[in-house]
Amino acid sequence: MSKPEVAIVGIGIHPFGRTPERTGQEQGVYAVRQALKDAGVEWSDVQFAFGGSQAAGAADTMVSKLGLTGLQFINVANGCATGGSALFSAYNTIASGAFELGLAVGYDKHERGAFRVNTRSSGLGDWYGKQGLALTTQFFGMKINRYMQNHDISHNTLAKVSAKAFRNAEHNPNAWRRQPISEEQILESDMLSYPLTKFMFCSPAEGGVALLLARADQAHKYTDTPVYLNAAVVRSRRWGSFEVMAPWLALEDGDGPTVDTSKAAFEMAGIGPDDIDLAQLQDTEAGAEIMHMAENGFCEHGDQERIIQQGETEIGGRFPVNTDGGCLANGEPVGASGLRQVYENVLQLRGSAGKRQVPNNPKVAYTHVYGAPGISGVTILSK
Amino acid sequence: MAEQVAIEEGLFTWPSDDPRLLGSQCQDCGAIIFPMQSGCPRCASDDTKPKELGTRGKLWTWTIQGYPPKSPPYAGDVENFEPFGVGYVEIHDEVKVETRLTTADKDALRIGMEMELKFIPAYIDDDGNEVITFAFSPVNE
Repeated sequence: MSKPEVAIVGIGIHPFGRTPERTGQEQGVYAVRQALKDAGVEWSDVQFAFGGSQAAGAADTMVSKLGLTGLQFINVANGCATGGSALFSAYNTIASGAFELGLAVGYDKHERGAFRVNTRSSGLGDWYGKQGLALTTQFFGMKINRYMQNHDISHNTLAKVSAKAFRNAEHNPNAWRRQPISEEQILESDMLSYPLTKFMFCSPAEGGVALLLARADQAHKYTDTPVYLNAAVVRSRRWGSFEVMAPWLALEDGDGPTVDTSKAAFEMAGIGPDDIDLAQLQDTEAGAEIMHMAENGFCEHGDQERIIQQGETEIGGRFPVNTDGGCLANGEPVGASGLRQVYENVLQLRGSAGKRQVPNNPKVAYTHVYGAPGISGVTILSK
Repeated sequence: MAEQVAIEEGLFTWPSDDPRLLGSQCQDCGAIIFPMQSGCPRCASDDTKPKELGTRGKLWTWTIQGYPPKSPPYAGDVENFEPFGVGYVEIHDEVKVETRLTTADKDALRIGMEMELKFIPAYIDDDGNEVITFAFSPVNE
């Protein structure tokens, strides 16, 4: 493995779900204060910050509550990869030598129901939304429908992914949906976008996550259990990929941005998929987790049917996936979602994930986000 | 008097006895995309010209919109919502186009089946006009 230059030395989270009494920004501030306490530092020690939210205002306004210290605070807006982009930027700011201690923070607060898409800001004509095509849920239904036919994935395997998410979340006090739901209930819930039912989709939600990053060689100043950031990569789509919010696709079929991002991250870390002990993979819906297992290089296309049916992605299995309940059980506050995955991996590598702790002392963990209009972010963490 | 109007000018030829979808084709590498735009996303050329697309293709994938979309942006009838089909049709040798489907019956849809272009009413606008959009329908073989 490549020698890490950056470490995560403090983590904070505001519970996901719905918190009517707090604004999105207040949830972000809550997470930052937790992260400061975790690292044993003051806000005035923080030299820079990258932060973002999609629907809850500019992150740099947080300084009015955290303290007007004059730090460099840069807002990040990059759709579902907002958190990943904040982390990537913070990583490089430290790796470049510009600063030694800084923050990546994300939070959000979305209205109920499916995401309301602004077609113009997405670079699409008004006709696209007017005739009912501006729905992210349709993309996910269409992608897994084709995938199930090409690679023999069953409806029951979709249900197993959702059931695992709610079961894992039962042991996560910060998760939103913590009641186990049976495979039968999942399959029989409302069909939102064939073949995906209500309980196979995550919902937009609320929450906040903050991560404090420091130079790797100074990490022990802040914590006895530093977790190193071996890779942080963000990529956009290339010709031939199949993406959300696409009025057209190229005649030729090609790989999506997840494949490119994953390869670049493994190269940066100097390891391969077999070296990963657990992963948090974008599960906007149950099918996404299945497809992303292969797109990130953890199995061949189609092998997921056997792997999931045999329970290998359970917390006690060979390759645990989405140990905190993923987007399915936490919801998706866009600005915070990718950072939640990193938060969970830090807990797992520290060995402090409680009842959902992955056994046998995991050492290397992986996160992956995917979102509109065809972007992906990956991190690789180690201890 | 109320009339039929196209959902967007330049999306397809309208009015016409034989309306066609309007894409653009790169004059350097030949790539076709939909709807029309300047600039080729495959080779980065800025030399593209309008192209009338074919009316037949194969169903590449599909789903059924089972709940009323948020309005706005959706302009259809949310109160009396009926599920509708959505898919990508691979127009032969040209481009895959995302489209409404004329059926919402999952048993009537099969990846790879032959599809043909149709025009359907999408909603009634504020002036009482019937707004027309494109859709694809399984070919009756």
